[in-house]
Amino acid sequence: MVDIGKEKDSRKIKSVGKMKEIMTTYYIDAKTAEQTGKRVAWITSGGPVEPLIAMDVIPVYPENYGAMIGASKMGGDLCQKAEDLGYSGDLCSYARADIVSSMVDGGPIGGLPKPDMLICCNNICGTVLKWYEIQARYYNVPLFILDTPFCHTGYADEARKYVRKQIDEYTAFLENACKKKFDHDRMKEVGKLSVKGQKLWQEVLNTAINRPSPMTCFDAFFHLALIVTLRGTQIAVDYYSSLLEEMKQRVADGISAIPNEKYRLLWDNLPIWYRVKWMSEKFAAHDACLVADTYTSAWCGQLKYMDEDNFLDSMAEGYTRIYLNIGVDEMIKIVLEMVDRYDVDGFVIHSNRSCKPYSLGQYDIQRAVQKERGIPSVVIESHMIDERSFSESQAETRIDAFMEMIEQKG
Amino acid sequence: MEKLSDFYEAVSDAGNYIRKLKDRGRKVLGYFCSYTPEEIILAAGIHPVRLFGTEGNITLADAHLQSYTCSLARGALEDALSGRLDFLDGTVFPHTCDTIQRLSDIWRLNTNFGFFADVVLPVKLNTESAREYMKDVLQRFRADLEKGMGVTITDRALEESIEKYNMIRSCLKTIYELRSTDPGILTGSDLHAIVKGSMIMDRDYLLGRLPEVIEMLEEKEFSTGTGGKRIVLTGSICDHPDIYTIFEKSGGVVVWDDLCTGSRYFEGLTGTDGDPVAAIADRYIERQICPAKHMSNTVRGENIVEMVRRNNARGVVFLLLKFCDPHDFDYPYMKEFLDRENIPSMLLEIEDQLPSEGQLMTRFETFIHML
Repeated sequence: MVDIGKEKDSRKIKSVGKMKEIMTTYYIDAKTAEQTGKRVAWITSGGPVEPLIAMDVIPVYPENYGAMIGASKMGGDLCQKAEDLGYSGDLCSYARADIVSSMVDGGPIGGLPKPDMLICCNNICGTVLKWYEIQARYYNVPLFILDTPFCHTGYADEARKYVRKQIDEYTAFLENACKKKFDHDRMKEVGKLSVKGQKLWQEVLNTAINRPSPMTCFDAFFHLALIVTLRGTQIAVDYYSSLLEEMKQRVADGISAIPNEKYRLLWDNLPIWYRVKWMSEKFAAHDACLVADTYTSAWCGQLKYMDEDNFLDSMAEGYTRIYLNIGVDEMIKIVLEMVDRYDVDGFVIHSNRSCKPYSLGQYDIQRAVQKERGIPSVVIESHMIDERSFSESQAETRIDAFMEMIEQKG
Repeated sequence: MEKLSDFYEAVSDAGNYIRKLKDRGRKVLGYFCSYTPEEIILAAGIHPVRLFGTEGNITLADAHLQSYTCSLARGALEDALSGRLDFLDGTVFPHTCDTIQRLSDIWRLNTNFGFFADVVLPVKLNTESAREYMKDVLQRFRADLEKGMGVTITDRALEESIEKYNMIRSCLKTIYELRSTDPGILTGSDLHAIVKGSMIMDRDYLLGRLPEVIEMLEEKEFSTGTGGKRIVLTGSICDHPDIYTIFEKSGGVVVWDDLCTGSRYFEGLTGTDGDPVAAIADRYIERQICPAKHMSNTVRGENIVEMVRRNNARGVVFLLLKFCDPHDFDYPYMKEFLDRENIPSMLLEIEDQLPSEGQLMTRFETFIHML
């Protein structure tokens, strides 16, 4: 007889403990920055963090904090408080929860450390611009905006010139805020580490090409934290090296992410943070493994533009051409490529009321996938960390019907 | 209003008006947003028309845009997909918010009006490099338009076009100022027809017509004698002329606005010396901003207070389209700026249609009594 507990244990990814340790140390460092004389910058998830690392500034990510809020199911309460302050309930739930957690107690880890400066890159959305303006007023600290023109059909020459110029403005801003010269030698090292980390992350994600897959996108949502927060450090490189080893070993040992992988699926958009476990169990019960997603690969999708020997110049293009800053037709190409690479049987679309640049256009992407690859898809709607908006029964009905379609296709 | 029937006709059936223009051989480009460089379009001999979205049911657009998209985007796409915009020879999308940004993609992939251009303007406007970029983008648009429409746009034509727009904008501003001085000279819905009409009608016609309107206003030819508590209206677009009437019935009167279909459309003149494209860029940088752009962290809060003071208004009404993120984000802090100055304000959120007149009257009356 199979010992179910033991069987489940063998499936657990062992690096999880290490990751939790690193993140704890990271947050302790950030929270004690005032005592240790370090500076703290709040930065958007798609923002160029590498110059901050080179200047020894601790980067803090309100969006990562948003994910923590969601995972600990504190989003609904914080979002409600934001609404009481006049913020519409239709706004991004990350932004609502973060803005309020600055003002009231109520978020995890006793709130984020106060920023000395704010770095906002609008390559992910226009929401971050408004969100960071609000925080700049609240904390009364300098705000740097890296304006990355949207690439509907390509990267125009004038955009190239404009973004490159702003990289110099960014380093000048940091020199001013940190009262020291920008360290270009250190920057070169950080740039190399960043590219190395991104390559490793891509390799980790690529292990899901294997049948059965050693990981799910729900695992990727968790292990993503370091490529977001500590990109450009040796810590991230070391961590992803060992995670990659573990994944390769799992493949070699035939350890699959779910007990009986029959169907493989692709996820679109951010996670529904307060239902990650529920969602993962729901699909696993249908023998379906979500092997890949468009979200976590956003932190390595621009590698083709990045030149590790000329990082500052190349990052201008890399950061401008990320997945969320390109046209729907470009996104379709990427999604189709993922459908093929991971050989999936279905497409799960999270229509995220919190994220218009990610969600508007999904119906067109859905139709293209249907037409080009003939695989079924399902749309699940939520606000990513405002659990009040989620209808579990509706999601369940849709998922069951979707899986039935896939099962019938065989 | 009989004397403004030309404006009312154009506004009530823009399609019909534009088709008649087309019969006379004009090419027509549709546009969104007050940051559209209309001067360049007009200099190409093309007629620019602002798209406002449908008032009818949304069916076709639902296959492309989620229910949590604003009525402007859904309505405009519905118009496009249902053939109601068949008079267009093309569309121009300046970069504004996340929704218009994606609408542009969906439009480009699902409609076929001929010419299509994204004008990816900078989002921040307070640096020299952004100004340079703004100029470059406008220059690119000029070249795209020349190529796409098979025309040449000379500096001379641009200068003439700029002069026309300066004239139109000055006239609209004068009308606003006259009405702010004496709100009884024109009803709010008449004013709405004039401003909206100015984004639809033949610009050369307006050059002659708007000065006539000003003269008539000076003669008090439209005098309504109505007055009321003075209000400033702020938000994105207001395509609901009834609102002005209901205000007036409730004892209030809108004396100024901060709308992209109002003062943000006509504020600021374009310089007439030097490079005309640079001059257009400069106007966008100097003008009151839309919340999707960045000038400073507090500019819109300061501006609304100043606008109330300058117009001797008693209160502010926030008229916000549901699902409009940039405005929704600015609302709490702008309200705070007003609260600090003891200026009362109210929020009216609009989905597709206005709430019933009775309901609105009650809300407005309550607010106006507070002033």
